[in-house]
Amino acid sequence: MSSPPTKKRLAVWKFASCDGCQLSLLDCEDELLAVGEAIDIVNFPEATRYFEPGPYDLSLVEGSVTTPHDAERIQQVRRESKFLVTIGACATAGGIQALRNFRDADVAEMASVVYASPEYVSTLETSTAISDHVAVDFELRGCPINKKQLLEVILAFLHRRKPTVSHHSVCVECKLRGNVCVMTAHGTPCLGPVTHAGCGAICPAYDRGCYGCFGPMETPNTASLARQWKALGASDDEVKRAYRSFNGYAEAFRTESEKHE
Amino acid sequence: MKLPQSALLERASFDTLLDALRRRGFKVVGPVIQDEAIVYDTVTASADLPVGWTDEQDGGHYRLKRRKDEALFGYAVGPHSWKKYLHPANLKLWDATRDAGAALRFEEGDTEKPPKLAFLGVRSCELRAIAIQDKVFMGSAFTDEHYRKRRERIFTIAVNCGTAGGTCFCVSMKTGPKVTGDVAFDLALTELLEESGHYFLITAGSEAGAEILKELPTRPATPEDLATADAVVDRTAQNMGREMPAEGLPKVLLENLEHPRWDDVAERCLSCANCTMACPTCFCTTVEDTTDLTGDHAERWRRWDSCFTLDFTYMHGGSVQQSARSRYRQWMTHKLATWHEQFGSSGCVGCGRCITWCPVGIDLTEEAAAICTVENSNTATNISEPASRDPSP
Repeated sequence: MSSPPTKKRLAVWKFASCDGCQLSLLDCEDELLAVGEAIDIVNFPEATRYFEPGPYDLSLVEGSVTTPHDAERIQQVRRESKFLVTIGACATAGGIQALRNFRDADVAEMASVVYASPEYVSTLETSTAISDHVAVDFELRGCPINKKQLLEVILAFLHRRKPTVSHHSVCVECKLRGNVCVMTAHGTPCLGPVTHAGCGAICPAYDRGCYGCFGPMETPNTASLARQWKALGASDDEVKRAYRSFNGYAEAFRTESEKHE
Repeated sequence: MKLPQSALLERASFDTLLDALRRRGFKVVGPVIQDEAIVYDTVTASADLPVGWTDEQDGGHYRLKRRKDEALFGYAVGPHSWKKYLHPANLKLWDATRDAGAALRFEEGDTEKPPKLAFLGVRSCELRAIAIQDKVFMGSAFTDEHYRKRRERIFTIAVNCGTAGGTCFCVSMKTGPKVTGDVAFDLALTELLEESGHYFLITAGSEAGAEILKELPTRPATPEDLATADAVVDRTAQNMGREMPAEGLPKVLLENLEHPRWDDVAERCLSCANCTMACPTCFCTTVEDTTDLTGDHAERWRRWDSCFTLDFTYMHGGSVQQSARSRYRQWMTHKLATWHEQFGSSGCVGCGRCITWCPVGIDLTEEAAAICTVENSNTATNISEPASRDPSP
């Protein structure tokens, strides 16, 4: 009874990213053996060279699309995957590397400044979310993702149910753990009211404002929060920079950041 | 036993009250300073209280300030409310295990006997809030046993407010600032900071309270002492930070469901849910199920939820309340209007938490007043003709 008759096959894919999110899977130390029991991990280059060709029952995709090669590769991953789940800010919003999307300068010019031999670099003008290229079955947010939420998504997939992942604000998590609101009580600008829950309100618990690592919540009122930041003394530039970080190219954060240019 | 009994306790002897509670097996919880705010947590001695502190409160604004004296209760309510003890934010309802024979075995999740807690420093508005939650959780044939078993073991030491907060409006809600005999409490204190000394007028509100009062090193209260204590509360009542329009509010709100003010507030509302989480009467919860990797063990947890989330009204096909406008309107009309029909009173006790802890400072009293303004207000006749709701051709 403990394991399904035929084990599902899991593949982990990397696009433009820092690898931190897929490391969350390895970080499930106590549960990792049980994960291996419940599901066959047949492609996970971060952990092993062992590789089996598709098709796959579940693909976890980390990273954004930044090269012509990756733009083709994600199509292949989609074709071989029954369920495709994107993990992390790069895969769900383009990541910090999507800051390039805001630049007028062309990407070749930027590459020439950064690289000694830019002629070896083949890159796109933009960094975009996986969902801009293929259909995605579920997006797990975070920079990095929360490993408990990752386990929950895998569990929900295995047991054919909806993942218990809330889309409300970080404020709810603050209140559930009894945090004092840093914005109201300390005057610290905080992105919590417009940010997707999932981290467990770590920063406010340590007297810091939320940095928005999990991207926009379900119904983000970014304009109202920006007005309050300015009332607390933040400049337009600070508001712009706050919205324009790991999830800066997520629509709600992007459009608000553009109002403060 | 004749109630109430009143007596005077010197500040220097205040800890004898805590000792008496501990002797009876109570753990005392009350106001303490944490993270630059006055929250509720364990109190082991009067020195743990926010001695000499007060708070400055306004819409979306809370700061601690020093007082010129050494008052123990010289502030208004903070971000926490007593519901965190009576109606826990997270609670395991049950777990289920599938054994080798594929049979399911269920076990209750909340089986522990709750601690005997003494709530120290409960304000009049908070007593009313507890009374409202008593009605919500225990007022019908369907009692919430999790709430009941916690509630039954509480000893309540109320405090008459000597300081009005900037967002307080208990006077217009008729819920304070004086603790009155029509709500349950065990002891009620009035802090007196007079030239003649720093002392507390203590009144017993129950037999259990009267018994403790007898053990304390008090002296009898004179009619002058009672008058001084009344003057303290009267002064607080004169200094309310806010006022709620009182007359006919439920009717006006329900007759103005299409008032343009709802659009204005929606433009500011973050739907972040802070108001509902901070509110001492909001009681909504959701349940979350978890499973382990084998699928042989499942748990069901209950946690605080809010009518400001999309999931709250999710039904097959989507959420009923999509817009911030409809969510704010639902919350406010429930709190101030339909609560009367459901539970026989307003759901608001005028504590001001929803105003102070709204990150953008939306003010419930200001919104209510705006909807009550004559020039914008619809009449009952308009409501019966919902032309404005018809979709445009």
